[in-house]
Amino acid sequence: MTRLHIDWTACDGRGLCTELLEEMLVEDEWGYPVSRDGTTEPVVPPPLEDAAKRAVDRCPMLALKLVRR
Amino acid sequence: MTDALWYFARGSGVVALVLLTIVVVLGIGSRSGRSVFGLPRFAVSLLHRNAALLAVVFLAGHVIGLLFDSYAQLRLFDLVVPFVGKYRPLWEGLGTVGFDLLVAIVVTSLLRNRLGAGVWRAVHWLAYLCWPVALLHGLGTGTDRGTWWLWTISLTCAGAVVAAVGWRVSPAFARFPARAERRVAPRLLEEASR
Amino acid sequence: MNSVLAAQTLLTAGDGGLDDHLSRYGRLPSLDGSQIVGLARDAELTGRGGGGFPMWRKLAAVAAAGTPAVVIANGAEGEPVSGKDRLLLTRKPHLVLDGLHLVALATGARAAHLYAPAALLPRLRESLAARGRAGLDKLPVTLTAAPDAFVSGEESAVASAIAGRGAVPADKRVRLVETGTLVQNVETLAHLALIARYGAGWFLSSGTFLATVSGAVARPSVVEARYGVPLGDLIGAAGGATENLRAVLVGGYHGGWVPADPALPVTREALAPFGAAPGAGVVVALPAHACGLVETAKITQYLAGQVAGQCGPCVNGLPRIAGTLADLAAGRPRPGLPGEAARLAALVTGRGACRHPDGTARLVLSAMRAFEADVAAHLNGRCLATGGRL
Repeated sequence: MTRLHIDWTACDGRGLCTELLEEMLVEDEWGYPVSRDGTTEPVVPPPLEDAAKRAVDRCPMLALKLVRR
Repeated sequence: MTDALWYFARGSGVVALVLLTIVVVLGIGSRSGRSVFGLPRFAVSLLHRNAALLAVVFLAGHVIGLLFDSYAQLRLFDLVVPFVGKYRPLWEGLGTVGFDLLVAIVVTSLLRNRLGAGVWRAVHWLAYLCWPVALLHGLGTGTDRGTWWLWTISLTCAGAVVAAVGWRVSPAFARFPARAERRVAPRLLEEASR
Repeated sequence: MNSVLAAQTLLTAGDGGLDDHLSRYGRLPSLDGSQIVGLARDAELTGRGGGGFPMWRKLAAVAAAGTPAVVIANGAEGEPVSGKDRLLLTRKPHLVLDGLHLVALATGARAAHLYAPAALLPRLRESLAARGRAGLDKLPVTLTAAPDAFVSGEESAVASAIAGRGAVPADKRVRLVETGTLVQNVETLAHLALIARYGAGWFLSSGTFLATVSGAVARPSVVEARYGVPLGDLIGAAGGATENLRAVLVGGYHGGWVPADPALPVTREALAPFGAAPGAGVVVALPAHACGLVETAKITQYLAGQVAGQCGPCVNGLPRIAGTLADLAAGRPRPGLPGEAARLAALVTGRGACRHPDGTARLVLSAMRAFEADVAAHLNGRCLATGGRL
């Protein structure tokens, strides 16, 4: 399964991923992404894989990664 | 034919400067994490990237035009080594510096995933050197220097960048002003520096 | 004397010297890697640094990583209310070093490290020299000082410190064991050294854990017991409670508050309903006259000050949680107050490179359950512990 991994040591809460992947992520009160399902590494549903790839590609901090586990 | 190349080089140089100005302003805008001009954040980021790539295209036109221009007599190594040109070496050299910096910034951006965020960001800071160098290059050299319209364009570009940088360093820049700074606690590094 | 309080095996008197060690335990039997992994598996040995993860799984994963393995004995013990690792390293350093030698064998390690507070390093250097003279270890052991900080013993922080980059937790996209690095708590290693000598069956019937018992007890101390020991016996082994207890903190600052029930068995299963776990064996007795909310607010404040500083949700969330607890403790009502602590606890959980936010959230949630009546009283301006107005 493809999951979205956030490297919190790199994430600066710039907010691009919450726009590109709003089906999965929202911003917390400090602007950092929170997964809507509350999991640490949310599963990327197949229809959202392209959006997830775009979010990974556009993250200015390279903090997002897709992992398979 | 010679004249056509010269006009083409001048025109593409000016367009590249305008595009670079837009790139710098959008870069600062995307760094803010805000929506700018009503655009969502990701669109600002994409526009920043695409404007940069377009600027590279025009800059390539500018450089190629001059390489074949009998008056400027630009040589290939003038693209790499600044201040040794035959035509106004100082002002042309600034163009070389700006060109090399831009190449470094664009190449590291395209290889960002491989180089890592640290290297990429360090090189990206050179944009603040690249843009003023490009501006000075345009003001100091060429047939159009001193014309009212080039001054107008240059001053408008400078005004836009100065305003964006001013915003960048102002407290109003941060989208979450109350956010605590992320910084590794010094106590964790104590033994490492022993 | 309760039967589940153990005959001391790790904590028997010892001067820490090699002669004492060899006369007491003898030399390690010669074992190969798969035998060592098998012993750890059959003995059901779990990590004693707090995670409680089965040791053999980590051994097998590191051995299978396909890179030259690095093994690290972790004696950092950043937890302020824990003292068992320091005591063990002082009294039985050679059991720890035996264990380190065994995991190096089990993983085919090319490098072995001992990571411990700076104050312990001179003595440990002597221990290593004595082993060298006796020709005990083929693999040399490198000593590294652990900074005095709560997160300095976190697995990836340990690996980072050994690599010379500071004790900074790292992102876990690639798990540490997959990089061929084994970080194992010193107590776990000492148990392995005994299992190698006496067998897995012996450990299943007689194996122990170390607990650091403090707070309202007559003799705050490190005690040795078997999992399943009733909480009252652990407290009794530390001289007994000095007064009636309000609650007991089990598992340390990342643990949970449990009722002061002397019969409560110290096992994963029995503690789970309270959001607590034996963890690194930390037990703090809270006296009846002390307010659990005030105590939790103090601990949370400390934990918020101990963030590594890298992760946005933790750097921002923990001070907010601490502030919320401080408001509850001082009885400063504001809109949404009782729910705010739980909301923030859920918000930071799972959102950091390490488990510091998760552990802090666990403590706060357990306090909100254990001291539910106190919360209601505080919001009405009264404190149940002192009986007075706030």
